[in-house]
Amino acid sequence: MAILGAINPMLSVGLDGDNAWRLADYVKRGGYSALRRVLEGKLPQEQVINEVKKSVLRGRGGAGFPTGLKWSFMPRSFPGDKYVVCNSDEGEPGTFKDRDILRYNPHSVIEGMVIAGYAMGAGRGYNYIHGEIWEIYERFEEALAEARAAGFLGANILGSGFNFELFAHHGYGAYICGEETALLESIEGKKGQPRFKPPFPASFGLYGKPTTINNTETFASVPYIINLGGEAYLDAGKANNGGTKLFSVSGHVNRPGNYEVPLGTPFATLLEMAGGVRHGRKLKACIPGGSSAPVVPAAAMMECTMDYDSISKAGSMLGSGAVIVMDETTCMVKALERLSFFYYEESCGQCTPCREGTSWLYKVVHRIEHGHGRPDDLDLLSSVTSNIMGRTICALGDAASMPVQSFIKHFRDEFAYHIEHRKCLVPVELQRAGSGFFKASV
Amino acid sequence: MLSSQSIARIDREIAKYPADQKQSAVMAALAIAQEELGWLPGEAIEFVAGYLAMPPIAALEVATFYNMYDLKPVGKYKISVCTNLPCMLSGGVDAGEYLKKKLGIGYNETTADGLITLKEGECMGACGDAPVMIVNNRRMCSWMDPEQIDKLLAELK
Repeated sequence: MAILGAINPMLSVGLDGDNAWRLADYVKRGGYSALRRVLEGKLPQEQVINEVKKSVLRGRGGAGFPTGLKWSFMPRSFPGDKYVVCNSDEGEPGTFKDRDILRYNPHSVIEGMVIAGYAMGAGRGYNYIHGEIWEIYERFEEALAEARAAGFLGANILGSGFNFELFAHHGYGAYICGEETALLESIEGKKGQPRFKPPFPASFGLYGKPTTINNTETFASVPYIINLGGEAYLDAGKANNGGTKLFSVSGHVNRPGNYEVPLGTPFATLLEMAGGVRHGRKLKACIPGGSSAPVVPAAAMMECTMDYDSISKAGSMLGSGAVIVMDETTCMVKALERLSFFYYEESCGQCTPCREGTSWLYKVVHRIEHGHGRPDDLDLLSSVTSNIMGRTICALGDAASMPVQSFIKHFRDEFAYHIEHRKCLVPVELQRAGSGFFKASV
Repeated sequence: MLSSQSIARIDREIAKYPADQKQSAVMAALAIAQEELGWLPGEAIEFVAGYLAMPPIAALEVATFYNMYDLKPVGKYKISVCTNLPCMLSGGVDAGEYLKKKLGIGYNETTADGLITLKEGECMGACGDAPVMIVNNRRMCSWMDPEQIDKLLAELK
């Protein structure tokens, strides 16, 4: 099964069976009816954008920016080329929902992108797909061929006079390309180094033309908004947090996987759907929105509902909806060491505070983890993070800093113990058992 | 330098972009070249640059920036293991250690018979399937417990 569990789902309805991703199956379950409604009903562009605004669909890639508002920034009457780009460069540790959308429901993304192209007067689109999920990239190419053959892409779509071409572009191993302007550089055949903003992509995007970039799940939600109406979509979630959302639950749970639930669903419910904490162990902490989001200790997390506002109140971010669950077998220093290594490895090297700072963060956390920590290391880490944050072109520097700050804030004792005793508070055997790799040792 | 099949594939990639934006196909073209040659020697990068009418240094920048390109020869099979946090919590690090022991090599090393190169990868976007690994940048292997790893290694022999 594609999605392991759901409450009042939209995106994951009817995805059972090996052919659910094919055009015929998609059409059978109502696919491309939203595009027909828009094109055959000659809906004004403004009205499509207004429906998306009313739905309060917020960007599903991580930033949570209102999609309708973003679409309204595009200069629709600009006479030259305009682009819509889908960000399927899903590499935020913990996130694996777009992979399943593309695997099981690729035509919902295509339909959403064609509608977006129509609403913003763009004639061409690209879907940038994470290089590591090659089989999914190949499948998307096949889905595109199906859509072209059926007349949902190309010239004069459904006899409307509207032309839209869509192509797939693959990444090849660079986390930074999930940043929208790095992604544009990458499509242009360059190193994926983020651009200064402003100018924003809506005025200077791909090849210097007006461009709107949205996440895979965002585009996939558009047909449902058009069919249901913006207000009904909003009502499916919670005020200011429209609709349902896919949550990728990973780490120490019995049933890791994707779950579609209305925004505003209690974390406790989601955790239960994922089979609870592995082996009935105690929850220690959770990163609720992908590795860049601040960690939240168990007690505070159990009070949260899964929506942008509640998670933000708990001091973190809903981000991409990647819920990384950690139980009592987790060494927080080791967990942070691995995350810090990731940001050090993936910093594009363009801005000095990030290039040098992520290296410092990793090296200092590494030495704490390996018993060489110094008494003032926690202050040093704090100073490095505050010298990175807000001083770089893109958000990667902040993303590297927030885990460091939050891990130390909430688990300071554990870091202090490592420095003082040169070993871990959590027994090594327990940590090993926690991963469940060697079943005999559990 | 490249076979006519590879050139035909590169041409299909070029056709995805506006006529004056051939350089957009460089990532795909380098991937296709690597697929044929097993890795990316300097001549291949230069060839791709020439074919796309871009400066060789710009193609080299791309080849060195993205980590799935291999700028040195690798074994017949390259296994990249994800050890990032979500995978680590479900045995990604242990899976890497298990492979090292089984193959008698460390990360970024190749077995003496030239069969397998082991790499530590970054997040592959499949954390729900942890532990995960990718063979030759193409085939994702999910839920790789000791038994599954043994099976994979037997298959690659």
